[in-house]
Amino acid sequence: MPQMLKVTPTEHGVRLITLHRPEAMNALNTQLLGELAAELAAVEQDPGTRVVVLTGSRKAFAAGADINEMAERDLVGILNDPRVSHWQAISSFSKPLIAAVNGFALGGGCELVMHADIVIAGEDARFGQPEINLGIMPGAGGTQRLLRAVGKSLAMQMVLSGIAIDARHAQRAGLVSEVTQPELTIERAIELARLIAQKAPLAVRLAKEALLKAQDTDLASGLRFERHAFTVLAGTQDREEGICAFQEKRRANFTGQ
Amino acid sequence: MSFEHILFSIDNGVATLSLNRPGQLNSFNTQMHLEVREALKQVRASDEARVLLLTGEGRGFCAGQDLSDRNVAPGSAMPDLGESIEKYYNPMIRTLRDLPMPVICAVNGVAAGAGANIPLACDLTLAARSASFIQAFCKIGLVPDSGGTWSLPRLVGMAKAKALALLGERISAEQAEQLGLIYRVVEDNELRDEALKLARHLATQPTYGLALIKRALNASMHNSFDEQLELERDLQRLAGRSEDYREGVSAFMNKTTPQFKGK
Repeated sequence: MPQMLKVTPTEHGVRLITLHRPEAMNALNTQLLGELAAELAAVEQDPGTRVVVLTGSRKAFAAGADINEMAERDLVGILNDPRVSHWQAISSFSKPLIAAVNGFALGGGCELVMHADIVIAGEDARFGQPEINLGIMPGAGGTQRLLRAVGKSLAMQMVLSGIAIDARHAQRAGLVSEVTQPELTIERAIELARLIAQKAPLAVRLAKEALLKAQDTDLASGLRFERHAFTVLAGTQDREEGICAFQEKRRANFTGQ
Repeated sequence: MSFEHILFSIDNGVATLSLNRPGQLNSFNTQMHLEVREALKQVRASDEARVLLLTGEGRGFCAGQDLSDRNVAPGSAMPDLGESIEKYYNPMIRTLRDLPMPVICAVNGVAAGAGANIPLACDLTLAARSASFIQAFCKIGLVPDSGGTWSLPRLVGMAKAKALALLGERISAEQAEQLGLIYRVVEDNELRDEALKLARHLATQPTYGLALIKRALNASMHNSFDEQLELERDLQRLAGRSEDYREGVSAFMNKTTPQFKGK
């Protein structure tokens, strides 16, 4: 049983995972990160769960890493940091991951947001990489994913100055896809998740993989991958069902086969 | 924190914050800023407060920044006025505007400089007949702050806004009402009672819904029509789930007086 997560049983193909470490504004210590990685690994094996929504509290999605824990690690400790494998497990999650962000998403919290495929933010959400203020720097993708999400100038400004941006700014920059009323953030994320959960799971999975490929490969390879993925789907029953349903003007019933 | 330069209380749902440096026409110094900040923090955190009433003690409402803090001696370094705006005025104005409850401002006397713009950031502004508003900034080489350049054109239109800001003429409460700068003029000796009456009335109303109305109207200043329609949908969704809505509908059906809780 995770202690720092609240997990809602899957409903309509969607599982809601809530970071729950209220005493520390959901600071991502190793235990919390490990629990999240384990939970996503469990979802990976559960065919009934097609999409995951990840959220925090009204005040903080996650306000950084656990500084006390970090202070205890020396060079060797950091070389052998178990967090690296937790982050890898989160980034290799193959189903859609939607972050519903209210309040602070700072440091590791912002990096966790960027591990999500889609980000819905409450109007008062704030995103930042304040590591520089502590004489360190982002260590879980903050310099890489942020630059890809918002472009060089804003990424540099955020990482080098440590100043956070608000939800509207984050949306304009491309870090966030939708801004909503803070009270409705989770609801909107779940609504979107349910919509995605109704699609053909294999198509969703391959489409996600193809989109992620676009970030770390050249266009020609990306297009090749896309074409292969597209071709693979030709062998699925869901493709047949989807096209049939469209022609017969009815709702498709996807099975994941 | 005990307050020296403001009076502050929360009573029956009404939080009252009165600027209290009457000898200096309630002008802001750092201490007063800190006290206002603390009081607003308490209002925000309070479960009881459902309305905020902002006013001033003595014959003035607020004369803006205390310039005795700001005298620039010849040859001395240039001050950074942006710093106190960033640190004090802007957060205060943002808080008044974003506070999830109606904010009433009772302008009891002269309102000059930032003191003329604070009432514009409130939701319902009453003014005593003898009160006056002066965009004094232009007279000392400064720019209207505390949201003045944003509020003025939205309230009175660009032509009047420019006249007010560039000429810095004193305008009476009555003119302010005619221009649409404030909600209503009240006789001097009735201002306090009228403002309190309004505050007490609002404190019995569905204040959660009122806060959503405020949020929608504030957002309309920068939203497109479509964005605003979507916002209305979302806020109505929230309002429809409130206890007060349920209470309001059931009281209407049963022909009883609704007992709203602001939730």
